[in-house]
Amino acid sequence: MSTHTIVDPVDVAGTAATSLLRFATAGSVDDGKSTLVGRLLHDSKSVLADQLEAVERASLGRGQEAPDLALLTDGLRAEREQGITIDVAYRYFATPRRRFILADTPGHVQYTRNMVTGASTAELAVVLVDARNGVVEQTRRHAAVAALLRVPHVVLAVNKMDLVDYAEPVFAAIAEEFTTYAASLGVPEITAIPISALAGDNVVTPSTNMDWYGGPTVLEHLETVPVVADPSEDPARFPVQYVIRPQTPELPDYRGYAGQIASGVLRVGDAVTVLPSGRTSTIEALDVLGEAVDVAWAPQSVTVRLADDLDISRGDLIAPAAAPPAVTQDVEATVCHVADRPLRTGQRVLLKHTTRTVKAIVKDIPSRLTLDDLSQHPAPGELAANDIGRVVLRTAEPLALDPYADSRRTGSFLLIDPADGTTLTAGMAGSAFAEAAEAAAAAAAAADDDAEWDF
Amino acid sequence: MTTAAAVSTGAGNSGGTGNAGNAGDADTPYALSHLDALESEAVHIFREVAGEFERPVILFSGGKDSILMLHLALKAFAPAPVPFALLHVDTGHNFPEVLDYRDRTVARHGLRLHVASVQDFIDRGELRERPDGTRNPLQTVPLLHAIESHRFDAVFGGGRRDEEKARAKERVFSLRDEFGGWDPRRQRPELWQLYNGRHSPGEHVRVFPLSNWTELDVWQYIAREKIELPAIYYAHEREVFARNGMWLAPGEWGGPKDGERVETRQVRYRTVGDMSCTGAVDSDADTIEAVIAEIAASRLTERGATRADDKLSEAAMEDRKREGYF
Repeated sequence: MSTHTIVDPVDVAGTAATSLLRFATAGSVDDGKSTLVGRLLHDSKSVLADQLEAVERASLGRGQEAPDLALLTDGLRAEREQGITIDVAYRYFATPRRRFILADTPGHVQYTRNMVTGASTAELAVVLVDARNGVVEQTRRHAAVAALLRVPHVVLAVNKMDLVDYAEPVFAAIAEEFTTYAASLGVPEITAIPISALAGDNVVTPSTNMDWYGGPTVLEHLETVPVVADPSEDPARFPVQYVIRPQTPELPDYRGYAGQIASGVLRVGDAVTVLPSGRTSTIEALDVLGEAVDVAWAPQSVTVRLADDLDISRGDLIAPAAAPPAVTQDVEATVCHVADRPLRTGQRVLLKHTTRTVKAIVKDIPSRLTLDDLSQHPAPGELAANDIGRVVLRTAEPLALDPYADSRRTGSFLLIDPADGTTLTAGMAGSAFAEAAEAAAAAAAAADDDAEWDF
Repeated sequence: MTTAAAVSTGAGNSGGTGNAGNAGDADTPYALSHLDALESEAVHIFREVAGEFERPVILFSGGKDSILMLHLALKAFAPAPVPFALLHVDTGHNFPEVLDYRDRTVARHGLRLHVASVQDFIDRGELRERPDGTRNPLQTVPLLHAIESHRFDAVFGGGRRDEEKARAKERVFSLRDEFGGWDPRRQRPELWQLYNGRHSPGEHVRVFPLSNWTELDVWQYIAREKIELPAIYYAHEREVFARNGMWLAPGEWGGPKDGERVETRQVRYRTVGDMSCTGAVDSDADTIEAVIAEIAASRLTERGATRADDKLSEAAMEDRKREGYF
C-alpha cells in the first residue's frame, strides 16, 4: 500500500466525494486498545508534531525508550492519574480515501453503557482480543453489544501476535471461535485481522512477519468497507423537526417541514401519510438546504412542502402512504440502562423517539440478559446501570415506531427522568437479536420463562 | 431462519489482495460526501434546538468557526430568518478587521447582537487584569452573566472535538449547572442522534454543532460555499514580535517587552481570539486554496501552533471548561 498523506493536494476544495465512516473500538487497556488507536492515528500521519512531542516528553518522563502511542489518546487529568478511560472520546483522522470518526470506548465490565453509546452511531466496530488469551467473556460481551446495536460490520483484531510468534494456528482458532459466536448473534459481516499494534503489523502497514495472511490491514479495511446501505431499499421516514413559516410579504403562505430524512428516499410527487393523524397528501417540493431537488435521501437534512394545508408540527412523522410504520402505544424493547439510579416496574418516564417526546409508564421488566452467555433472568424487578434487559412500556400518546432491526433511527428511543432530565435508558424496539439468535436464546432459556420476544 | 454472515479472515490466502477490488462508495447514486454528511448533521442539531428550547443564542466572535456556524444556521431555517440572537463575548482586544466583519454580518442578515464586554467588568472592578495581559481566561464571567441575565437556555458554541483532548470528551449537547461548570464524569450518554436537552431552571445547555468537524473540513467547506472571511485569515504584512514561540501583534493590549523586537512579516492567522494570546503563522497563502494546502501539510495542530491560552498547563482547557468556559 502506498504511504498516506493527509489530503491529496489537488483536492483542496473537497470536491472529491470523500466518504465518512463512523466506527467504534471495544477492548480493554490490557488488550492494547489505546496502542491500536494511537498506531492508527500515528501511522496514518494524523498525529501532528506538537501532539507527538508531548507524547515523547511524557514517555521519556516515565523512563520509556520509544514514545508510548497509548498516551496519544489520553484524556482528562483523572484518567491520567488513574490510568483509566472514563468516557467515550471521539477522534478524527483522514486518508485520501476517507474521513473517519472514531468513538473510542473503554472496555471495562462496568462500561457497557459506553460501548452501547459508541456503537449506536457506528457503521463498524473493532473488537480487540489479546492473542494470548483468545476469546474471553469480555469479547463475547463486546460481540453481543455490536449485535444488539445492529452494527453492520464487525472487525476482530487479534492483537499481540508478536507475543505468540506470529503463529497462524493461534489466529485461526481465535478467528473461528469468534466468528461462530458473532454469526450466531446475527452479526452480518465479520472480518478477522491478525495484528501487533505495538510493532505495527497489519494496522496501517502490511506485516512482513505474517506471510500466511493475505487480507487487508485494519486501515485498508476501514477505507474500503461500504459505508452506505442502499437507502432506496428502505421505506422513507421523515420525522418533522421544525416548521418553517417566514410569514413575510414575499412568502405569506410558505409552510416548510424541516427535518433530517431518517431512512429511505423522498421524491416530489410521492403520496405520503402524516402520523399519528393519518392524514394524506403528496410531496409538492423538496429543498436540500437552499437547493430545490426532485429526490432526497437519508441522512440528508431537507425541507418538505406538501400539496395540502395540513396541521403538522414537530413530532409528526411523514411516511409513504403505501408503507407507513405501525402506530402503537404499547412498546416492547430491548434496553441498556445507562443511569446510576435504577429503572423499576411502575416508573413514570418520558420517552424520546425521533422528534417526539411522550409520557410513558414502565409496565413490566420481563427479563434481564447476561451478555457473557446470553442467559435470561426472568422478572428482575429493576434494571441497574449497564444492565441489558427487556421492557414493556405504555405511552400516553401513539408513536410511529419501527422495529430497531429495520431502522436504527426510527426504532431507537431514550427514556428520560421527568424530574431532572437525566437520560435513564437506551431502547431498541422489537426483538433483541436476529431471528436465529432469538431462537437459540429462547431454547437455552429456562423452560418456564416464556418472555415475548417477537411482536 | 438464519442470516449467513460474510466472513473473511484472510488466513491461508497468502499473496491475495484482501478486498482491494472494492470500489468504495462513489458508485451508488445515494452517496454523500463527508462535507454533505457533516453539513446535514449540523443543520439537524440547529433545528433540534429550535424545536426544543425557548431562548437559544449563538456565540459569535467573527472567527471562522462562528462564521461557519452562522452560515449553517442560515441554511437550516431558510427562507425564514435565523430564530436566534447572537452573543459576542468581547475581550476588548479584538482585531479591527474581525469587529468590522462582525458588524457587517449582523447588519446584512438583520440579526440581533448582544455584546458581553470584559472591559466593562474590569472597569467595574469585578474582574482583574492578568499580569500577562491575556484576557481569554476572563471571558467566562461575562459569558455566564449574559446567559443568566438574558435567560438563554441553549448556547451554541463553535468548539470542535478535534481541537484538544478535553474537548474530545465533550457532548454535542453539554449540560451546564447554574455555575456553567462542566463535569466530565456527570455527562449524559449521547446515543444515536437523540439529543436530550432537558434541564432544570437555572441550568443551560451548550450545543456544539461542529463537534465532528476538523480544521480541514471547516476550510474545505468555507471554500466550497465561497464564504467570506475576515482578511486576517489570509497572508498579509503585519508588525509582529516573538513571544513563547508565537508571532504576536502589538496593540492596545500591550506590546513587546524588553528584548522582544518588532518586525514586519508576511503572516496569516489560523485561529482568531484575544490579540494577546492569538499567534500568527508565517505564510504566503493569500487564497483559500493556498491556505488549505498549507493546513493539509502542516505538522502542528491549530491550537498548538497559535494559542498561548492552551499552553498554560497540561490540563488548561479541562480546568477552564470546569469553570464554565466554552
